[in-house]
Amino acid sequence: MMFVPGNNPGMMADAHIYGPDSIMLDLEDSVTMAEKDAARLLVHNALKSIDYGDTEMVVRINPLNTPYGKKDVEAVVKAGVDVIRMPKTETADEVRELEAEIIKVETELGCVGRTLIMAAIESALGVVNAFEIASASKRMMGIALGAEDYSANLKTQRTPGGAELLLARETIVVAARAAGIACFDTVYSNLDDMETFRKEVELIKTLGFDGKSIINPRQIEVVNEVFAPSQKDIDKALRIIAAIKEAQAKGSGVIAVNGKMVDRPVVIRAERTVALAIASGILDKEEVL
Amino acid sequence: MEIKNAVAGTLESGDILVQIAPGEGLQVDLQSSVSAQFGRQIKAVITETLEGLGIADAYVKATDKGALDCTIRARVTAAAVRATGKDVWKD
Repeated sequence: MMFVPGNNPGMMADAHIYGPDSIMLDLEDSVTMAEKDAARLLVHNALKSIDYGDTEMVVRINPLNTPYGKKDVEAVVKAGVDVIRMPKTETADEVRELEAEIIKVETELGCVGRTLIMAAIESALGVVNAFEIASASKRMMGIALGAEDYSANLKTQRTPGGAELLLARETIVVAARAAGIACFDTVYSNLDDMETFRKEVELIKTLGFDGKSIINPRQIEVVNEVFAPSQKDIDKALRIIAAIKEAQAKGSGVIAVNGKMVDRPVVIRAERTVALAIASGILDKEEVL
Repeated sequence: MEIKNAVAGTLESGDILVQIAPGEGLQVDLQSSVSAQFGRQIKAVITETLEGLGIADAYVKATDKGALDCTIRARVTAAAVRATGKDVWKD
């Protein structure tokens, strides 16, 4: 998920060329208060006019308790955004409040249920309430860690190893999995230190995150490389999926690959490997399906 | 509709700086490196956007840096909202 400032039309026009899985147009921290009105109009018009193809379009709005939040919701829902990212989420009630605002606009448009919600967790209270937030609405598609505010809230600072974020990261992954939604890690801001960035991506992949937030197209390749499954894993996953299809065709409930029984968790892992291989551009979706 | 002096946009690549001032009829003064190819189109987008907002009298100075039509619409609307005090979103 690539962050793009909502007041920079040049970046907004070009962002999808680099092939991120999703683009998050930002109306919050990257936009000064004096430019909130203009950025909202830019994002609204960009979403309506620019062909972003298959890229998932996310907009980070301002909090609803500011003079900007509700207008942001109206502007982006009317423009057909895929996902609204709510910043600094601390309780499930905040998610339900956002959902009510979305429903107001969708009802006016006649498209109730179209807009999904992602909640950014950026405080100790948000981490403590992570599962309640993740399961607050059927519109919840994911939760994400916002590490800068979270570190400040913990009264610490970010370190290259990320020890200060470990509990939050693990809690967010567990909460997302328990709620059946996706989870995304925070940004890494030092573009001159790609080595530490790669280590951080490897860590969050191991922890179970679905993806990484990025701030520059240069970071896309590293994330794709780390998240892409190996050819050996892909071949194995394809054999398992082929065996499932064959077993289903025969009406058999038992699956064996290379003489070994394959149970449900192995199948799920194989499906995820294939999905990652498609998302990474290693496999062609048309060939697999 | 009363118009005050207002401005929106920047001179960065891909953007357009739109200045609005009181005027009679819609007058558009455009500076753009692509005015030979797209000048008429850019002026049409500016004029249509203002008319859509109910503004029939204004002087507009626009300095284009290769903005897409959607950016032009957004910047003209932002300048018009600032010039008239009438927002396009609900409060």
